[in-house]
Amino acid sequence: MAAGGGSGVPPDRSGPADAPDSPRIGVDEWVASVEGKRERYTGLRGRLTREWDHLPPPARVLVFAIPAAIFPLVTTEGNLFRYGLFTLIYALLALGLNIVVGFAGLLDLGYIAFFGCGAYLYAILASPQFGYHWQAEAAIPVIVLGTAIVGLLVGLPSRRLFGDYLAILTLFFGQAFVIFVNNANRISFPFVGHTDLTGGSNGIANIDPFNFFGYKITTTRQQYYFLLIGVSVFLVLLMFVNDSRTGRAWRALREDPLAAEVMSIPVNRLKLLAFVCGAAAAGFTGAIYGTIATAALPGDYDVGLLITIYAIMILGGFGSIMGIVVGAIIVSSVPELLRSSANARPLFYGAILLALLVKIRPWRLLAAELGGLVAFGFVVHAIAEAAYPRLVDGKALGSGTVAHALDHWMLLPQHPVKIADFAYISLIAAVVVYPQLSRLWRALLLAPLLYLVMFVWENLLLVQIGGATRLVLLGALLVALMNVRPQGLFGTATVEIV
Amino acid sequence: MSDSKLLELQEVDKSFGGLRVIAELDLVVREHEIVSVIGPNGAGKTTLFNLITGIYRPDSGEIRFQDRNIVGLAPHKITELGIARTFQTLRLFLNMTVKENVMAAEYGHTKVGVVRSMLRTPGARREEKEIHRVAEEKLSFFGDRLMGYRWDQPAYSLSYANRRRLEIARAMATQARILLLDEPAAGMNPRETHEITELIGTLRDVGGYTILVIEHDMHVVEGISDRVVALDHGVKIAEGSFEAVATDPRVVEAYLGLRTAETK
Repeated sequence: MAAGGGSGVPPDRSGPADAPDSPRIGVDEWVASVEGKRERYTGLRGRLTREWDHLPPPARVLVFAIPAAIFPLVTTEGNLFRYGLFTLIYALLALGLNIVVGFAGLLDLGYIAFFGCGAYLYAILASPQFGYHWQAEAAIPVIVLGTAIVGLLVGLPSRRLFGDYLAILTLFFGQAFVIFVNNANRISFPFVGHTDLTGGSNGIANIDPFNFFGYKITTTRQQYYFLLIGVSVFLVLLMFVNDSRTGRAWRALREDPLAAEVMSIPVNRLKLLAFVCGAAAAGFTGAIYGTIATAALPGDYDVGLLITIYAIMILGGFGSIMGIVVGAIIVSSVPELLRSSANARPLFYGAILLALLVKIRPWRLLAAELGGLVAFGFVVHAIAEAAYPRLVDGKALGSGTVAHALDHWMLLPQHPVKIADFAYISLIAAVVVYPQLSRLWRALLLAPLLYLVMFVWENLLLVQIGGATRLVLLGALLVALMNVRPQGLFGTATVEIV
Repeated sequence: MSDSKLLELQEVDKSFGGLRVIAELDLVVREHEIVSVIGPNGAGKTTLFNLITGIYRPDSGEIRFQDRNIVGLAPHKITELGIARTFQTLRLFLNMTVKENVMAAEYGHTKVGVVRSMLRTPGARREEKEIHRVAEEKLSFFGDRLMGYRWDQPAYSLSYANRRRLEIARAMATQARILLLDEPAAGMNPRETHEITELIGTLRDVGGYTILVIEHDMHVVEGISDRVVALDHGVKIAEGSFEAVATDPRVVEAYLGLRTAETK
């Protein structure tokens, strides 16, 4: 048994052999070989993850940075602004939050306030508001230090808190910040008296571009490359720190604060450190955002952005550095892509098809469902054409073969508003009831349900694609993902207790 | 036996509300000794560990380690001085790898700060190498159990017995001089219990640790102890060799209850 089992032990990482004089208390090769087989992925996926794990951090960053560096060369200035800049800003913000939430496990809901602090500090130091026009090489260190100090001040009273209590306290801070910048134009400050510090609800406009030793970063392309360098450097720093004494201590206190404390880790100090590091990163990002937006407005630093950043982290996986980059790309680009119906339709149908492919096994059942759906559509269309022609007198939005084909399959009334609203509400009810049904009924009703989904999509959602729909879709995407992979795309599932 | 006192408790008292859990407890652990603490459930054994490691603060009394009063120090400071413990209910960092669990415990005696780690300076690299070396050394103490490919597996994938071993390895990595083991043989089968008994001896003889251990399994206690201390309701009711304590009428009474009138 021992000999046969021993050969199954993966050979690539056997560790040093026991020195002859060190104590040997029992050998369990059988358990080792069985667990070894179970724990290792085989095939392509296993090879890819192993290769990836063996890459040094700078090389991993290049995997992301090289395509990102090529992106501006193949796209227009407008696309670069909409997709590129915001993806990078989101990525930088989420990476900073990842230190606090992902590594140290502190639920910080006031994070966006540090981002706002950075933007407002830069606006004060480099805009006509006070007439200061600092060079970027001087302003950025001051801002990073300044937000780090704010982080320290917020962290000090909350360093003994965990979980919900910390969340509430930081949420209060985040809201207090928004109220402060909204009103700081008419507050009397000590020593100074009445000053217009933040411009109130009008914000501070005409913020200077970054000016490094006389070299100004003005065009979108320059800003993009500056951000890309910032994100890449930050990624490497994070990977280094994650694999260091401090990173391990952060993860240890996330796992079990009491055990960490007893294992010589100063828990309170490390929590504070995580808070300060996150705040500094957010402040840096805020300064960059200030120059890109050329204005600091209180509305930009509210809960909406906080939710977006958390969505990125949830999508990418808490604690996973590269996952967060991917999450930022998805969360910032999907709503932009969905702005036009030409992009939205293939994305929508593609997502449905993908979900069906993943969820329905075996393939015969999938083929039957898809066939049933097509047949169901034609039958409904035929019945409507004969009995109630007003349901089919419209045309599908857009042009092309898909739109053309839909004209003969989907119910497309000329004036869909009323019936589409009714269908929308029925759809919500149906989606709630559907998972409660038995297996057989679910199989039978899947085709009508999908048809209803598509009906609502074609007649209601697609028309309003520029507005609320894309956000509804993004929300649906997140909910669906959380059901399928609670740990996020690249996160590892954590085990609470075994 | 050398008489240098490593750990000394003097008249330590601890109450929770009105309940007195530890009452005027005196205890001495000398260098290179293995001392077992026994007693029925609720006798205050684990509270004793929590007091020594600084999780609780005694209401009165002194706890001296290497002739220094450690009452009031933060737990991580006490661990840095050289007292490390394991938990009765295992408290590993479950989602970290086996090796990382041990490496995390080396925080106290390493120095490189967050900025130097971010820049990965030569000094940081050197220290990181040393951390790896120490972790591997501590893990190799357990034979093949925690070696090789297991280093990179999450701690939750370990068997129960291996988790207990990993907790001991983690405590060793803090560079402790005294190990406080809270029921190291709990939940183990007879063979594993036998191994643990041997291991505790090796920890003292080869590793040079002083050991204070809470244990319920009397075979283990008999096999390892230089001295046994029996607690009941927070009071030390007996102390001495295993034979003396095990036959002490008060210990028997604490475990089995008072004899009824009929048997008198």
